[in-house]
Amino acid sequence: MTGNHQTLALLLFSAFIAVTLGITTWVSRNRHGSEEEFYAGGRLFSPMENGFAISGDYLSAASFLGVTGLIALFGYDGLLYVVGFFVAWLMVLFLVAELVRNCGRFTLADVVAARMSERPVRIAAGTSSVTVSVLYLVAQMVGAGSLVSLLLGGTSPAARAWTVIGVGALMVIYVSMGGMRATTWIQIVKAVLMMSGTIALTVLTLVRFHGNLNHLLLTAAARSGRGAAFLAPGLKYGGDWTARFDFISLGLALVLGTAGLPHILSRFYTVPTARAARRSVVWSIGLIGAFYLMTIILGFAAAAVVGPDTLRKSNEAGNTAVPLLALDLGGGADSTGGTVLFAIVAAVAFATILAVVAGITLASSASVAHDLYASLRRPNAKPRSEVAVARVAAVGIGVAAIGLGLVARNLNVAFLVGLAFAVAASANLPVLLYSLFWRGFTTRGAVWAVYGGLIPALALVLLSPVVSGSPESLFPGVDFQFFPLQNPGLVSIPLGFLAGWLGTVTSTEVPDEAKHAETEVRALTGAGAV
Amino acid sequence: MRYHDPWYDALASGWGETDGTDGTGGPAPEVPAARREDADHAVRAGDVYLEVQRSAAFQEVRGRYLRFVVPATVVFFTWYVAYVVTATTAPGFMARPVAGAVNVGMVAGLGQFLTTFLLTWAYARHARLRRDRAALELRWDTQELTRGIRGGTS
Repeated sequence: MTGNHQTLALLLFSAFIAVTLGITTWVSRNRHGSEEEFYAGGRLFSPMENGFAISGDYLSAASFLGVTGLIALFGYDGLLYVVGFFVAWLMVLFLVAELVRNCGRFTLADVVAARMSERPVRIAAGTSSVTVSVLYLVAQMVGAGSLVSLLLGGTSPAARAWTVIGVGALMVIYVSMGGMRATTWIQIVKAVLMMSGTIALTVLTLVRFHGNLNHLLLTAAARSGRGAAFLAPGLKYGGDWTARFDFISLGLALVLGTAGLPHILSRFYTVPTARAARRSVVWSIGLIGAFYLMTIILGFAAAAVVGPDTLRKSNEAGNTAVPLLALDLGGGADSTGGTVLFAIVAAVAFATILAVVAGITLASSASVAHDLYASLRRPNAKPRSEVAVARVAAVGIGVAAIGLGLVARNLNVAFLVGLAFAVAASANLPVLLYSLFWRGFTTRGAVWAVYGGLIPALALVLLSPVVSGSPESLFPGVDFQFFPLQNPGLVSIPLGFLAGWLGTVTSTEVPDEAKHAETEVRALTGAGAV
Repeated sequence: MRYHDPWYDALASGWGETDGTDGTGGPAPEVPAARREDADHAVRAGDVYLEVQRSAAFQEVRGRYLRFVVPATVVFFTWYVAYVVTATTAPGFMARPVAGAVNVGMVAGLGQFLTTFLLTWAYARHARLRRDRAALELRWDTQELTRGIRGGTS
């Protein structure tokens, strides 16, 4: 990497930071500090704006850099990720978006607690939401650290540490100053930037291959050294049955996890009605689908143009496939076009991480203030504004994420994201679906559903080869590995559903018919929705 | 204490507007009285929701929603799981060439994208044409009924 790349990338990135800080100041110029304003941005975004913001929130660095890298290195097996990330949106559209918008106010726990004894359910759902958010945050922080060392050349641990600290500090400023309104505009700006960058690269790729996708695939297969096997499943997840089950587990977590991600759920409260929530999901499905289709082309193009050897030399996991492809498509390392394109892509990648981190921090600070603090504070304590608590929580979560990001800096980003999806699918989805659709669901069922998914998911990860027992694990020196799969979803998701059912049938509590009627009527009609 | 939250504002102002059925009548009820009144209202608001839930109009909306999403969810989920399981258990089948460099796996993967787009379109259309109007009418009716009890909430 030459100095030119770095200077230009830094300039563009500084411009993004300046613009987003400007937005933050502008939108918070006459804020009233109400909860409605801080958590939901006043609920007055249009479906199109929210659709862009949702796709900005969802498409993290794992999608922009990680997935393209996986396709470039493993061909078809990388494509399986893309399909899982995308099909998951049908779950959100059909079963979650409108109903959650109608029933809740700010968080997942609002929907569940409406029918149940509020305190235990809020504490459970708040805990699992914060856990999922922190896992997701750590993944983004680790991504930011490795991105900086890769793109800006500085591989020193100090440079990485300062990047992680810088990203964390910026996101705390965005969130605590601007709340949901600023965060939403940052997502929109970022989504537009990322879509434009991806479209430009795809067009350049198509020009390079004269629009002949068949030729692109054949070149990629030939260059990979694997021939036709590159275009078929099995390069990454073939082989023994552990690897295959691991993939099925990951696939399940991806498709079921999206509907339980707190930062995605909180986006539905930024629009005025359930109909607007549905239309924003339709917008985001269009955007995300188009983006992933282009990602597939870019992944194969990176294999065909740059070649797996160069990619592996730059980054073992393939995370630099898109920037390297941009460099080549622009005309090579010594040309102006290549330099500019590379810098743009690098700046977009930074912007992506910042925006996603801000979205998650906001959602988790809402869970801390609205669910945990509101339930756990002493009843006779001086009531403090929830928004003030949320601002403090944003700082606290920022510090925690920075710390964990520094500790976990050697973990794989895609793995951490897959883990966050698995925990979301195990702990959040069962309780959400049960309380929306099951008449007989009780408080004990709700609490068991959350902990019955959360605890096994985390425990299985602790006992998996990720933490111990293999040379690549977090603690290679010790061996308490017991569970063979890296992703716990295949076991922990069914356990979450089972625990919710078991808790309900064993509880003596009589389900409140009127509360269920209220939830169902409100969910499907929007009566009494805020 | 000042709440800036409109939700609380609505609830607080609602207490003063009741027509005195509980004998509290006055514009500024004592806190315990308001609480008792509130619980009473909650019970009766629950009755309203039960009544609406049992109405034919609501059952129709609910039926239309479930008759679409249950089969659609089963279809897309089965199709996705079948895709993932086939890719992991029968890679040889997925590698079978179809045309040029394109094999069965590629067609299936793009098929997932296609079905997702199609189901999204079908769901949005179904909801717009078959559910939105009826749901909105129910919403106003329900809010009218609960307003009668709560006096201005929602």
